[in-house]
Amino acid sequence: MTVMDGLVGDFKRKNHNYTGDCVVGAESLVGFTYYEDFARIAEKANYIEAVTPVIKSYALVGTEGTGRNIGVELMGVEAGSYSMVTGFGRTLYYHKNDASKAFEAGGDSNLPGFVIGADLWSVRDEKGEYYHSTNPEATGLSVTCFPLTAKGALAKAGTDVVNTKTFYFSDCSQSGLARVDGSIIYLPFDEAQALCGMTEPIKRASWIHIKFKQGTNIEEGCQKVREMWGKFYDEHKGKDNTELLSQVSVWSWKEHRRESIAGMEKEQAMLMMMFGLVGLTTVFIVYVVFYMIISHKTKDIGILKSIGASSGDVVVLFLGFAAGLGVVGSAVGVAGGILFLRNINRIEGWLFERFGFQLWDRTIYAIGEIPHRLDLTMLAVVTGCAILACLAGAVLPSVSAARARPADVLQVSQL
Amino acid sequence: MSKDGFIIEAQGIHKTYRMGAAQVQVLKGADIAVKRGEFVAIVGASGSGKSTLLHILGALDRPDKGVVRFEGRDLSGMGGGELNEYRNKMIGFVFQFYHLLDELNVLENVILPAMVPAGIIEWASKRAGVKKRGRELLKAVGLEERATHKPYQLSGGERQRAAIARALVNEPRLLLADEPTGNLDSATGNGILELLERLNRAGQTIVMVTHDERVAKRAGRTIMLADGRVK
Repeated sequence: MTVMDGLVGDFKRKNHNYTGDCVVGAESLVGFTYYEDFARIAEKANYIEAVTPVIKSYALVGTEGTGRNIGVELMGVEAGSYSMVTGFGRTLYYHKNDASKAFEAGGDSNLPGFVIGADLWSVRDEKGEYYHSTNPEATGLSVTCFPLTAKGALAKAGTDVVNTKTFYFSDCSQSGLARVDGSIIYLPFDEAQALCGMTEPIKRASWIHIKFKQGTNIEEGCQKVREMWGKFYDEHKGKDNTELLSQVSVWSWKEHRRESIAGMEKEQAMLMMMFGLVGLTTVFIVYVVFYMIISHKTKDIGILKSIGASSGDVVVLFLGFAAGLGVVGSAVGVAGGILFLRNINRIEGWLFERFGFQLWDRTIYAIGEIPHRLDLTMLAVVTGCAILACLAGAVLPSVSAARARPADVLQVSQL
Repeated sequence: MSKDGFIIEAQGIHKTYRMGAAQVQVLKGADIAVKRGEFVAIVGASGSGKSTLLHILGALDRPDKGVVRFEGRDLSGMGGGELNEYRNKMIGFVFQFYHLLDELNVLENVILPAMVPAGIIEWASKRAGVKKRGRELLKAVGLEERATHKPYQLSGGERQRAAIARALVNEPRLLLADEPTGNLDSATGNGILELLERLNRAGQTIVMVTHDERVAKRAGRTIMLADGRVK
């Protein structure tokens, strides 16, 4: 459960890093207007650390001269501000220390650069590592988009329906999210905006990503942004080109990434249910074991009652025994579990070297190390549940033992 | 103590057991009264109800009808806690099959009745004194060398001596013995009877159940139980 909890926690953290704290925007491909005005207002709020607009669309990318294309998700970002809001800078390979230069291809600021998801550009080895050359080669990719009007129609007609421009490789982004790393290409915000036709008649953006100041509760922060957006919308309603503003919503990062996270959370819930069933089985096993113990100890119970032990004393005695078993069993389990958790990656490495076995195939799954963080709260809950399971299993047999009458169980015919 | 000087008296005791579909009336108005310092033997054939009567005197069982008074106090008026205290402090029970706890050593078995009512803190404070008393009792019954032995390491006679020491640890006013020699050879049984006689001479009131008239003759008084009544 700790490993699963670690995987889910890790997955959520990566999604949080990818998104920032809060997102303002619409699911449509046409974006919304007046995003710069709202971003300026948002930046002034005392609970907001940074704000960045993002273009989100789809594109075809092809290697120059080959004529082969693949469909990708396109994100237009301002590298500097986007890195302040999200963990984008930390996902880069060559520009980790200066994300604002993420789109400088081959160190040439005049060449339009692109950052590409690591899985789109490179193949992982069996340990989950990507190959990177020491100096990035400014390989060119043609990026083709279908520019849309604010109403969602094609912005161009005839044979020139698409916008195409060549960009040059500047960096790889490894967010650790398989879907993101395997489908997204990042372009400079202005370039992406132009390619998607989101500059006419006035500029549009798909999203505004927001990072709150440290200590701000995300739900409370999002609520404040909702109120801020409501006020902004009321002020702009009725002006030119404001139709798209009605489609804009404000989401927390978790709501925004719910489709990705829900699957993992569902798996975690199913695992919890499975462990719940294991727990119920444990209760039943403890019940059976105690029932057998008590059926072998009826004479002793009679003896204890004949020398003045009360029914309560008998219950306390057996429940104490059950609690003791629970504590000892939990202590052994916790010690074994911690030992296993601390060495899980070493064990997996050894199994891989000797037998080629991996829990998750690193060439397929975007997992580095198996999470081995000890969750003390979960440990306490599981330990408490284990002791409670022992007590629950022992209750009925203990009560049954306590009801034994010494005259019955100590009869010669009963011995 | 009752005004007649009886430490325990039972009047009109009735007890019926269900055996399958049949009702078996074991006691049909049995009366018994024992004075302080007496050594009384209850004799009767197998199934005459003598063990049942002893269990009722020791509050291990309740009569269907009739009154049991200990030192003038009606046992039926006692609550659960008082009955537990009665079994723990006022009565010492010796069984035919000794009924020692196999997991405990002899000394632990002997001091068990002193442990039962004590809480953890109380037990910590009186543990040393109780152990001392347990060792004294083991010395008195000739088992001082066997204190750390487990019951299965003892002979039948030694086990019964340990059981007697256990019954005496809380200095009960009444010792109830159910066929204390019934599971022993005659020589060993004789040793147990001598021990009981010695205790009686020291002032211990004893009520003993036996089916053996030779054993019963060692008591100061014999009560015959037949057909559920005292003859």
